[in-house]
Amino acid sequence: MSAAGPSQGANDSPSGGSAAAELANEAASVGAHQRASPPLALLTAKGINKRFGGVHALSDVSFTINHGEIYGLIGPNGAGKTSLFNVLTGIYSADGGEFTFDGLPLAGLKPNDVAKRGIARTFQNIRLFANLSALENVMIGRHVRTHANVLGAILRDAKTLDEERAIERRAHELIEYVGVAKRANTLAKHLAYGDQRRLEIARALATEPKLLALDEPAAGMNATETASLRSLLGNIRRDGTTILLIEHDMKLVMSVCDRVLVLDYGKRIAEGTAADVQKDPKVIAAYLGGNVTLDLEGAA
Amino acid sequence: MQGLFDRRKNPLGAWIGIALVAVALAVLPFALSGIGTAWVRITNLAILFVLLSLGLNIVVGFAGLLDLGYIAFYAVGAYVYALLASPHFNLHLPFWIILPLGAAVACLFGVLLGAPTLKLRGDYLAIVTLGFGEIIRIFLNNLSQPVNLTNGPQGITLIDPFRIGSFNFATRETIGGLDFTGPVKYYYLLVLLVIVIIGINLRLQNSRIGRAWEAIREDEVAARAMGINTRNMKLLAFAMGASFGGVSGGVFAATQGFISPESFVLVESIMVLSMVVLGGMGNVFGVILGALLLSFVPEVLRYTVEPVQRALFGRMLIEPEVIRMLLFGLALVLMMLYRPAGILPSALRKRELEAK
Repeated sequence: MSAAGPSQGANDSPSGGSAAAELANEAASVGAHQRASPPLALLTAKGINKRFGGVHALSDVSFTINHGEIYGLIGPNGAGKTSLFNVLTGIYSADGGEFTFDGLPLAGLKPNDVAKRGIARTFQNIRLFANLSALENVMIGRHVRTHANVLGAILRDAKTLDEERAIERRAHELIEYVGVAKRANTLAKHLAYGDQRRLEIARALATEPKLLALDEPAAGMNATETASLRSLLGNIRRDGTTILLIEHDMKLVMSVCDRVLVLDYGKRIAEGTAADVQKDPKVIAAYLGGNVTLDLEGAA
Repeated sequence: MQGLFDRRKNPLGAWIGIALVAVALAVLPFALSGIGTAWVRITNLAILFVLLSLGLNIVVGFAGLLDLGYIAFYAVGAYVYALLASPHFNLHLPFWIILPLGAAVACLFGVLLGAPTLKLRGDYLAIVTLGFGEIIRIFLNNLSQPVNLTNGPQGITLIDPFRIGSFNFATRETIGGLDFTGPVKYYYLLVLLVIVIIGINLRLQNSRIGRAWEAIREDEVAARAMGINTRNMKLLAFAMGASFGGVSGGVFAATQGFISPESFVLVESIMVLSMVVLGGMGNVFGVILGALLLSFVPEVLRYTVEPVQRALFGRMLIEPEVIRMLLFGLALVLMMLYRPAGILPSALRKRELEAK
């Protein structure tokens, strides 16, 4: 797909053309998936454990994310959501349990290998490459799907030049896709907050992920920005990328997520459709306190 | 400056600019010979420092790895050349074999330094690299026993100059009515080398590799999350930087004809780092400017401080060397206050992108 993606967007026409190309391209890849009739599950977590000294950040967390869904991950502050992200993406190693992604285990992989396997993430506290332009940020996302080595970079042979052009074209498409195209040459640190969040998504999409893991993408956004983020998430899903979403904005979670997993103190306390989870007494207790009994054994 | 050389936007202007620079570079040594041959030598040394700074710029400017022991690679390159082309071991290999070999050995040392320091950043990395630089120098100083490998503090003398067939870079010659002294010949060789290395630097910077380095500089965690193999990329940066240092060291040994561990002290590392920082980390043209400034200004001072003081006070109050360090320190302090990103910061590239 790395070759097919950019070449389909060869027409340099603005928004309409490249977005359409994007769509066609993503749709093609989804089609391929369906033809091969893969198992429904894209990511399976089984009994994930993580301790930091005495703190049990994650205990026995299990869940399954299906192809093509938007899977929400919620819970009060300190519930272990970001820890789960960090274990999933290889930044921390799990103390127990295993992730199976796209049919193969993720155990022991380094973050860069995880990205190569097809999981891209954003960060809760935006981690863009601050002193590089927005476009360059997205171009860096293409690194893992391109191949030029030192010799190619120095000699600039035809293959490297082609690849370089493809990288730039694809980066332009993606930056347009998330709606930051007008700021392509602005340094990332000078972008508005909402644009930084969207740029981070574009950078993650540049790695051609099968699973896009977003850590509080709506944090600090106003209502308008959140609304446009919602439609962006819808587009990404429609174009064939599965999304794992940590979010505190319940309105957003309830409106876009197919299923939601609730964590509290590192334990899974509920899972289900947004509507079901909302009514769950354990979830209400976790968020609001109150004297609902915490019979956690029963929850798992 | 870069606009002038932008072939895509302004082809005619670019070629005229390149032609002008080429003519200036070609005429320069003869103009300098007019003032004194010493100035040609000073220019050669300045170009060597440009080479070194460009090598260090890969490590510090692109990949953001603070290296305080860079001069060690210069030393490795110089000693490889000296040992293989001097009466010390009675080996006299041609330079076109030794220079690549020196680069390769320095590259190996770069990986040797890089591998154990992969998890270090900033101050911690600086301290380890500083130690590494000193270790190399101390080894060179002491490896005269039990086997006399480096000849210790006495250094190695009578190092062969570059030769291509019967063409010797060290001797004086008249070609086509023009008087070519040794330094003038080396000057042209150095200019050629520096152009090649500038080209490599620029191309690396605007490539997949260069962007990966910059990503590591900006945020290593995010870089890894984006699928960049930070271990390999950092080792690559160390290796590339070191091999540039190795080549420069070889040329240094050949031009000087004599090297000793004294040429590779910590102050030299700091000097090269200052050139990179002063000029503008990560910006190739800034780094070149920084290297030229810090090489030439002290020399100019050396020749002017004394007469100026004599004219003003009738006698010399402050040694030129002292004033040099004073002004050097002052320049760095002022830079950090008013232009912390260097004289030509790398944001210049951003503006270039916007203009396109």
